[in-house]
Amino acid sequence: MSETTLRAPLYRLAHGRTGDKGDRSNVSVIAYRPEFFPLIVEQVTEARVAERFGHRRPTAVRRYVLPKLGAMNFVLDGVLDGGVNDSLNLDTHGKSLAFLLLGMEIDVPQALAPLLAGPR
Amino acid sequence: MTRDVLSIGGGAGFSGDRWDAAGPVVETLIKRGGRAALIFETLAERTLALAQLARRKDSAAGYEPSLERFVGPVLKRCVDHGIPIIGNFGAANPRGAARRLQVLAREQGLARLRVGVVEGDDLSDERGRTLLREYLAPSDAGREIVSANVYQGAGPIAAALREGAKVVVTGRVADPSLALGAAVAHYGWAEDDWDTLGRVTMAGHLLECGAQVTGGYFADPGFKEVPDLHDIGYPIAEVAPDGSFVVTKAERTGGLVDARTVKEQLLYEVHDPAAYLTPDVIADISQAEVQEIGEDRVAVAGVQGHPRPATLKVSVCFDGGWLGEAEISYAGPNAERRARLAAEIVRQRIGDTLVLRVDLIGVLSVFADDGGRALAARAPGDARDVRLRVAAAHADRARVERLLAEVTALYTCGPAGGGGVRTSLRSRLSTVSCLVPRERAPARCEILD
Repeated sequence: MSETTLRAPLYRLAHGRTGDKGDRSNVSVIAYRPEFFPLIVEQVTEARVAERFGHRRPTAVRRYVLPKLGAMNFVLDGVLDGGVNDSLNLDTHGKSLAFLLLGMEIDVPQALAPLLAGPR
Repeated sequence: MTRDVLSIGGGAGFSGDRWDAAGPVVETLIKRGGRAALIFETLAERTLALAQLARRKDSAAGYEPSLERFVGPVLKRCVDHGIPIIGNFGAANPRGAARRLQVLAREQGLARLRVGVVEGDDLSDERGRTLLREYLAPSDAGREIVSANVYQGAGPIAAALREGAKVVVTGRVADPSLALGAAVAHYGWAEDDWDTLGRVTMAGHLLECGAQVTGGYFADPGFKEVPDLHDIGYPIAEVAPDGSFVVTKAERTGGLVDARTVKEQLLYEVHDPAAYLTPDVIADISQAEVQEIGEDRVAVAGVQGHPRPATLKVSVCFDGGWLGEAEISYAGPNAERRARLAAEIVRQRIGDTLVLRVDLIGVLSVFADDGGRALAARAPGDARDVRLRVAAAHADRARVERLLAEVTALYTCGPAGGGGVRTSLRSRLSTVSCLVPRERAPARCEILD
């Protein structure tokens, strides 16, 4: 981070949604604006997402990039403690997990700061 | 206004969905004119296993328990206006659901209701079990099966509609196949017209969860606003002769359809975007684009299709033992430390008879893990409104009941000010899936008059 960048949570650059099948979760990350897409492709990597879900012990994290939608799809294996029928979590589907990912910190050029979503 | 499209409405996205959602969808379809169909998706894996258990107790049961509440409000309007209804609300007993709908039609003053019944998905009989023993993992092949259902495709639905069915009742079919079946019946596409089938499969995918494409599962105040969520309108896809489509929603309702809602739902429960597998086609949204073309109108383009898989997915449910959950609250000064002490007491009382999950609701819960790693890494804080939740599962009911008793006993033996104990004990189902060659699990379609 330098004087020309600021740090912002991913949820001010992108929105997303969680889906589940068995012990596999998928989380979409969709840029609010085209200007943010290159930033999140660069910084929201498989490695960083795996780290963020580290306590869930993912066995694999795979990222699919969809430039025409300004979106990425993360597929996380083994993060649902067995899935909807086996997990002891209140949220057995992992519906809330998109917001775990969206809490990630992103370095944003100052010039883009006025475009960030949400309350200042 | 009549367009050269087939309009497909989504009336429900799961068994627990709103019963009054389909009405405005049907009124919009009627008002706009042209050919239309209405789908209801009400089946989850667990729903089907529960339905199978219900049918074993009562041979007339086993279909969607809310069938009449979903279909009753719109059946006559749909029949009178030539709008076929397609639903997987047959669950474990499509014939039972069909008979119930025929009675419902008579009660509403309709003449005989022609119902198509799609079967062949249920592999829980002896023949099905024999088949599954070949394809299940060896560790699962010997277990007692509660339910086993193969995902069928759009073909038998389209066949029933071509035979003039006013309602098509299915058991397990792939969710997008409900809409694709309606479109194939209308347009008569070849079963290897992969790009077209891929497009309409994604239209069905967008419809199958009801309000999730019209602003449900979406709102985030300050970031993503959605008007009138209490009255959210359910979706309609307008499918053109080449399978391209526009997503919109019921008129004079809340919610919204825009590029954001469509993108989120397009990727919902998708893994590799280039390979979304259904019994009908492998849909490919890697080059998909969405475009807002009017208020609550989004066009989806660029979807492709590839030849369908040679296998069909089977979902198999087994008995999964017992799940126990118990909660108690602590509030005010030092509440978090009192809740943590309560958890420690329960751990010591239970010992190694159960593997416990502990949540401190108000401190850390749903983001955490069954292994307790996230909670262990969290330094104790001073949260002042904390609900301790302890959960465990085991095949032995008595062990799980003991956990519930230990949490209840915290009232008198636990830390100060513990209140509001709630406990629950439920039987569980565990699910596995396997693949079978499609020719070994053919669908059947029958018309009932």
